[in-house]
Amino acid sequence: MRPVAIVGIGKTAFGAFPDRTLRSLAVEAGEKCMTDAGVSPSQIEAFYLGNFAGPAFVGQNHLAPYIAGSLGLTGVPCTRFEAACASGGSAFFHAVSSVAAGLNDIVLVAGVEKMTSQTTPKVTEILAGAGDMAGEGRAGATFPALFAMIARRHMHQYGTTREQLAAVAVKNHANGAKNPLAHMRKVITMQQALAGKMISEPLTVFDCSLISDGAAAVVIVPFERASEFTDQPVRILGIAQTSDYVALDAKADITTFWAVHEAAEKAYKMAHVSARDIEFAEVHDCFTIAEIIATEDLGFVKKGEGGWYVLEGRTCLRAERPINASGGLKAKGHPVGATGVGQICDVALQIRGEAGELQLDRHSLGLAQNLGGSGATAVVTVLGGI
Amino acid sequence: MSTGVIYTETVVHAAPAEFVADAPYQLAIVSLDSGGRLTARIAGERVKIGDKVELAETRDGVEYFRKK
Repeated sequence: MRPVAIVGIGKTAFGAFPDRTLRSLAVEAGEKCMTDAGVSPSQIEAFYLGNFAGPAFVGQNHLAPYIAGSLGLTGVPCTRFEAACASGGSAFFHAVSSVAAGLNDIVLVAGVEKMTSQTTPKVTEILAGAGDMAGEGRAGATFPALFAMIARRHMHQYGTTREQLAAVAVKNHANGAKNPLAHMRKVITMQQALAGKMISEPLTVFDCSLISDGAAAVVIVPFERASEFTDQPVRILGIAQTSDYVALDAKADITTFWAVHEAAEKAYKMAHVSARDIEFAEVHDCFTIAEIIATEDLGFVKKGEGGWYVLEGRTCLRAERPINASGGLKAKGHPVGATGVGQICDVALQIRGEAGELQLDRHSLGLAQNLGGSGATAVVTVLGGI
Repeated sequence: MSTGVIYTETVVHAAPAEFVADAPYQLAIVSLDSGGRLTARIAGERVKIGDKVELAETRDGVEYFRKK
């Protein structure tokens, strides 16, 4: 397999943009990253798009060539990947696979979602489709409800507290307030987080990520050609996508995302690193409990200690291992299909030393973790500088 | 599959479009005495992890369990 590098990144702001279309968001991110890489559309050999529910959110199918055409890109394979909230990560994984295998050299990967044109109950219904609609969906499970049940069980087995959940939201909002592209640039207090409107007990509105519009894109090439495009390539040192059952009630232990654990093991092995070497990470905090569990499944702390890890401040911006320096899905926003690619952009931005106010002191080895549904798809990527 | 123990639960306040009229409602994963787990609604009194429950009724293809 050939080593692969990221030579261009581009993101739109994440937020509620009533005047923007799905296509215009994807085109903005795509053009930004091609400009960043210094490549023209005629050089792109394949286009991989992550998108969860464009057909349901905006009524448009056949999205990959639809967006590619608007970027001036025709005559190449253009494919949409759907893996719930890991759609972006899955598109990235398959794009990297094609370059590593030698099938393509210059590849564009984008992720996009346009969610805010629908009402919240309708968005809730569309998102529920990432679960088992014949089982948990029919019984009335929403995604907040599935993660609320995960939180309840984690609290029961490990003594995780409401304050520990809220600490994730407080930290990520503090970071997001400094991110110019974040949906919610607002600092919140522990008291506010605990007193939020109840969504699905014990999760309040402050435990849930945001319904957002947005897009992100990257250009990847074989590492041996990276110097043609940039003097700051970001290397993909390890990457893995794994799967598990879609239905939460089919999993033996819902306090762990087994697929994440497996993906991390594979990615660490490929990168010849261990969990302790990872300096910072962007993890999939679709709900506060998901960040706590991610830090356990990625091996940063022992099982059951994720709540203490965040409450003690060990994952803050200037602490030992910053988690979600970007503000995470919680504050940055969660345009579902864009999220996985956006995380890659955020880690790459840190490695390049271009994260502005959010720039970390140690930024040579980072990780991105993208989760689909209640854990049925996981993508873990280890990224490093040269 | 008529009896079991609550493995986990939540009370849903923000419901999907189809179930807005039902909210708030309690949802649970029941570890069935006959083996396996099932996501179901809770009828009547609220339950917590470890509570024993029994099937109260099946309505519109959804099982409703109640505290035993």
